[in-house]
Amino acid sequence: MRPRDVRVCVLRIEGTNCEQEAYQAFADLGAQPEIVHLKQLTGAAPERMRRNLEDYHALMFPGGFSAGDYVRAGAVLAARVKSALSKNLVPFIESGKPVLGVCNGFQALVELGMLPGFGGPMAAAPEAALGTNDSGRFECRPTFLKNENKGKCAFTATIPHGGVIMCPSAHAEGKFILPIEQERELLKRLEDSDQIVFRYVNPEGKRAGHPWNPNGSLDDIAGICSAQGNVMGMMPHPERVFTRYTHPDWTRNFVGPRGDGMAIFESILEYVAHRF
Amino acid sequence: MVVAEVRIELKKGVADPEGANTRKALELLGFKGIEGVSTVRLFEIKFAERDTTKVKAQVEEMCKRLLANPVIQSYRIDIR
Repeated sequence: MRPRDVRVCVLRIEGTNCEQEAYQAFADLGAQPEIVHLKQLTGAAPERMRRNLEDYHALMFPGGFSAGDYVRAGAVLAARVKSALSKNLVPFIESGKPVLGVCNGFQALVELGMLPGFGGPMAAAPEAALGTNDSGRFECRPTFLKNENKGKCAFTATIPHGGVIMCPSAHAEGKFILPIEQERELLKRLEDSDQIVFRYVNPEGKRAGHPWNPNGSLDDIAGICSAQGNVMGMMPHPERVFTRYTHPDWTRNFVGPRGDGMAIFESILEYVAHRF
Repeated sequence: MVVAEVRIELKKGVADPEGANTRKALELLGFKGIEGVSTVRLFEIKFAERDTTKVKAQVEEMCKRLLANPVIQSYRIDIR
């Protein structure tokens, strides 16, 4: 398959954001993205608007404050997806198609039990949590992410191992938490199965705590993937830096032809084109 | 009418920055002797159903499917 044939579903419900940036990132790379409301996938829309999840090659849960972030961030979106779409979503994941969750989308994937995915593609109950930032505040600034993945993750193939990219963070609940009583074993399991994708670092690429880690996340984790590598969630927003003009330093010392976030979208398209 | 009160608390050992910041604010206002401040969420769910056993089972299911994340939260249901 050629990257231009890749159809991407950018999922929307009330309160999601940056769908347009995500759409534009995929479109600029020549793929065929579409912003699709959850109700279009669950049959709760007029017939001409209905869509089938299986007709897409990739799925993205964008950021935002879905359903007002009531109950817990991403929890309402997750519960709705789980009850109405899991029969389509589980085979989608099992077929190896990529699912990306950014910010609120990452929170939703964790609430769905899709990440870390210890118990299969969609665990019955959440296996982790994205808790309130240690500062107790909404943290919003450019963050530096080191690619820690050794090759399993389908979303970072175009970023060298150990390479650092800049993506903005903007969240109040981004602290990655594993069950306290099993924290060390589960963290080791994530390491051993190459599921850690990004860690927060300082501009020199060293782990340096707050403010470089905006939320107090366990082991400075900013993004993880499933054991198969085709589901990834990350708190920072790659779609907010897909052109060089949205990079915060574009008028100063930023020289890249594109924003750093584009690497994620390129990797998705390469993965799908290669695999399907 | 049966009312279910669902109390969602953070599990022991899970950081509670909102509680910690509230404590700090209270101390800045001059309140002394505070041992701790915890944030708790309370949902009050009203049912037309009068069978409390059925209500309890339904609220348990609600906690599992939406209201609590068992990694960081515990819940208690009171039916009245």
